[in-house]
Amino acid sequence: MKARITVTLKNGVLDPQGKAIEHALSGLGFDGVGQVRQGKVFDVELSETDKAKAEADLKAMCDKLLANTVIENYSVAIT
Amino acid sequence: MKSAVVLLPGLNRDRDMIAALTKISGQAPATVWQTDTEIPDVDLIAIPGGFSFGDYLRCGAIAARMPVMRAVAEKAAKGVMVIGVCNGFQILVEAGMLPGALMRNSSLKFVCRQVKLQIANANTMFTRRYQPGQIIRSPVAHHDGNYFADAETLARLEGEGQVVFRYAEGTNPNGSINDIAGIINDKGNVLGLMPHPENLIEAAHGGSDGRALFEGALGIAA
Repeated sequence: MKARITVTLKNGVLDPQGKAIEHALSGLGFDGVGQVRQGKVFDVELSETDKAKAEADLKAMCDKLLANTVIENYSVAIT
Repeated sequence: MKSAVVLLPGLNRDRDMIAALTKISGQAPATVWQTDTEIPDVDLIAIPGGFSFGDYLRCGAIAARMPVMRAVAEKAAKGVMVIGVCNGFQILVEAGMLPGALMRNSSLKFVCRQVKLQIANANTMFTRRYQPGQIIRSPVAHHDGNYFADAETLARLEGEGQVVFRYAEGTNPNGSINDIAGIINDKGNVLGLMPHPENLIEAAHGGSDGRALFEGALGIAA
């Protein structure tokens, strides 16, 4: 089973990297770009075959390591 | 008073910390490796600066989950003093031993310079040799020192005097909230700070403003 975990900064948490990217995009002539927020993607391969169990495991991985829940949200998608 | 220094792959200020503790306490600290599950009987555990595990994932994230950090947490729960400097501060935050998070500097640049620090709380084991409100000098060298905490946590830290060091006189190098440079846990025995007091302890460093922190923690006369 394969899964994709997406980690994003929570609303209200300043993202200076996203801001820099936003400015670079407008510098390249991409008009009409609003806010840009940078995040992370993890593609994870699992030997688990039970979807519900895999989802629970992936969430535990996010809580314990992959996301810092003080500043980040995460979402899990089994592909 | 005995001390120990935590060693992790990628740290690079460990020798500075060992030198400072040796010079100030008169005896070399014990060293503990990332896989160690027991820490000798000491009064102070120091987690030095650097780039543990290459700063992969998030600064300090991997180090915080190594076996040695469980041992550090157990010692801290028993009242042993713990100090985390720079990457050590990031590790303590990632380990949940201190609240909040340390994010990329607002300038997006690595900063390596001297700043001014105000002693925001002189009533801790680590700052008792300073005067309240005293301004001291300290070097900083980091890319991710932008301290952040949610409004509720921040109010608690400010209300309980857990903000111990603040960047002073417009020298905030990283955009940290409320100019926070260092905080302490609610029990008052776990301190984390981004500046490097261990790099300003003798004349050869150009000053010794950081020395009193270790003298206070180790109970050594100035």
